[in-house]
Amino acid sequence: MQISDIAIQIDRVTRAFDRNRALDEVSVPIRAGEFTVLLGPSGCGKSTLLRLIAGLDTQTDGTILIEGQDMRGTPPGARGLSMVFQSYALFPHLSVRQNILFGLAVRKTSRAVQAERLKRVAEMMGLGPLLDRKPSQLSGGQQQRVALARAVISDRPICLMDEPLSNLDAKLRADMRVELRSIQKQLGLTVVYVTHDQVEAMTMADRIIVMNGGRIEQVGIPEAIYARPETTFTASFIGTPPMNLFPASALFSGPANLTVGIRPEDLHLTDAGPRADLVGVEYLGADRLVAGQINGTPFVLRQPAQSPTPRDRFHIGWSQTAMNAFDATTGKRLHDFDFSSLSPNQKDFDHETA
Amino acid sequence: MMRREWIYAWLLVLPAFVFLITFTHLPAVEALVNSVWTTAKGRRPSMFVGLGNYQKMLQDPIFIKAMINSGLYAALTVPTSIALALAMALLVHRPFKGVAAMRMAYFTPTVLPLVAVANIWLFFYAPGFGLIDQIRQFFGFASANYAGQPDTALYSVAVVTIWKEAGFFMIFFLAALQTVPETLREAAAIEGCSKWTFFRRVTLPLIMPTTLFVSVNAVINAFRLVDHVFVMTKGGPDNASMLLLYYIFETGFRYWDTAYAAALTVVLILILSLAGLGQFYAADKRVHYK
Ligand SMILES: Nc1ncnc2c1ncn2[C@@H]1O[C@H](COP(=O)(O)OP(=O)(O)O)[C@@H](O)[C@H]1O
Ligand SMILES: [Mg+2]
Repeated sequence: MQISDIAIQIDRVTRAFDRNRALDEVSVPIRAGEFTVLLGPSGCGKSTLLRLIAGLDTQTDGTILIEGQDMRGTPPGARGLSMVFQSYALFPHLSVRQNILFGLAVRKTSRAVQAERLKRVAEMMGLGPLLDRKPSQLSGGQQQRVALARAVISDRPICLMDEPLSNLDAKLRADMRVELRSIQKQLGLTVVYVTHDQVEAMTMADRIIVMNGGRIEQVGIPEAIYARPETTFTASFIGTPPMNLFPASALFSGPANLTVGIRPEDLHLTDAGPRADLVGVEYLGADRLVAGQINGTPFVLRQPAQSPTPRDRFHIGWSQTAMNAFDATTGKRLHDFDFSSLSPNQKDFDHETA
Repeated sequence: MMRREWIYAWLLVLPAFVFLITFTHLPAVEALVNSVWTTAKGRRPSMFVGLGNYQKMLQDPIFIKAMINSGLYAALTVPTSIALALAMALLVHRPFKGVAAMRMAYFTPTVLPLVAVANIWLFFYAPGFGLIDQIRQFFGFASANYAGQPDTALYSVAVVTIWKEAGFFMIFFLAALQTVPETLREAAAIEGCSKWTFFRRVTLPLIMPTTLFVSVNAVINAFRLVDHVFVMTKGGPDNASMLLLYYIFETGFRYWDTAYAAALTVVLILILSLAGLGQFYAADKRVHYK
């Protein structure tokens, strides 16, 4: 990775508040031109990190570099970035036009440039007919577009977004996901996007940064985050329903202190294998979710709706490649057990899969 | 159903209504009626004079002086106290160490009775040993009697008004400033907007309804609050600090020319109504209501 590829470098950044640490020595590079999603449960420090990048807040410790420059002491307006807020943060007394042009006007950009950019952006966002309205005369989706237009018109290379779609209804959110992504690609923007919604992360991200409790759990492309979670936290956070986590002893006589993770869709019914008790069945149309229990450990199995529903007692099986192994104490992935790494230790226990 | 709700509603407003009519509307109408008659004196009964009392005003030098003074007084106290109130509110609307004490300090003049305040200020103004005179003399200036000189009496009264009202108006601005969302400030900061530009382009328009409310009240108070004139100058010297309301009091209750006082009162009511209406009308276009 070359230095020039990195738009933002977060280096051992800590943000401590009076009572708690919102961020604890976080380090991560954010690549230029990529759509990076900060994903994690509420309160894990995503917004805090975004606000530190924006300069709206100051870290207690550590450095933030943007385009290789240390940003300590640089005001938000001089960091070369734009931001879209969850609440849109539109100026209620200004028209859509004035809202979009606010930044350019404040920076005393020439009228001609303003008009030219406004035309281009309004067209791109489909805001042309709404330019003379006040924000209160717009729907939530339209307000969202204005907020986006205000960020885009600045022509700044980095755009920060804090849960920008969370106030929209489901249908609109799905449309906006596609649109946001296409705008980002079209303009080559470096987007840092905060969300707690894994669907947004999975569908839009080039790269996902999974956060928990003020720390980074994993950084990777969506496929890697899903298929190879680095920690039990990521495993149990990603996926609906998330990955099943079993103590190894519940499945086979494997090494102690091992947690085995298997995605619901990677489990299937067999004649042999560990025996499970049926807890409940949820019909989802194409699929069916079967909730069961093995030696007191609850799990979920996903099967096509056409398959027969299991009886009260059933056996489960899974493919070797679908198995994830974690250290039960630290919750960290044990790469020795990864199928593709083909390590010699890989099969040092006998399993009872079909 | 509808009828019952209406009766209920009227019963609820009835007590307030009774007091409002008895003590506000009826006296106003009565003043209007009285103002077109003469004052009854000894054996001379009250006579209908039509606009006679109003014509008399035009030739009354004290009335003209009082009008000019009141106008000047309003022009001085209204903008100054509003600007001061806003400045103070901006200083204390964000939390910092000791902010509560500072807000309290700004608000204190408001909770003191105006008559007491006037007495305190009389000491400040007192020639020779007063606070201001002591400072003057320290810097080698001659002694001055601010409240007692014709050329400064009105201003010294106006200063007391400003001092007393700014703290009160600050409370309204304080409340208004809290309603300006923090994210707007942040969105503007991202755009590189300076604090002053943000204040001018966002804060000021957003608190415009409050500014309007406060300024209507300030104008009304400029004509209504004369307690300190009683204590400090009694309208003098030589009518230098004579305000319309104080003149009404003098005419009505010192010289007992109640009919003329009624006519003066009608003028006062007219001025206040116009000021209120005018401000609402003028500001309507510039005000942003959510
Ligand atoms: N201004 C603040 N003062 C004190 N604690 C804060 C403040 N802002 C955030 N926090 C705390 O920091 C943690 C992370 O918050 P935040 O970054 O907003 O989480 P997220 O955006 O991931 O939901 C939370 O525990 C929150 O309570
Ligand atoms: Mg947040």
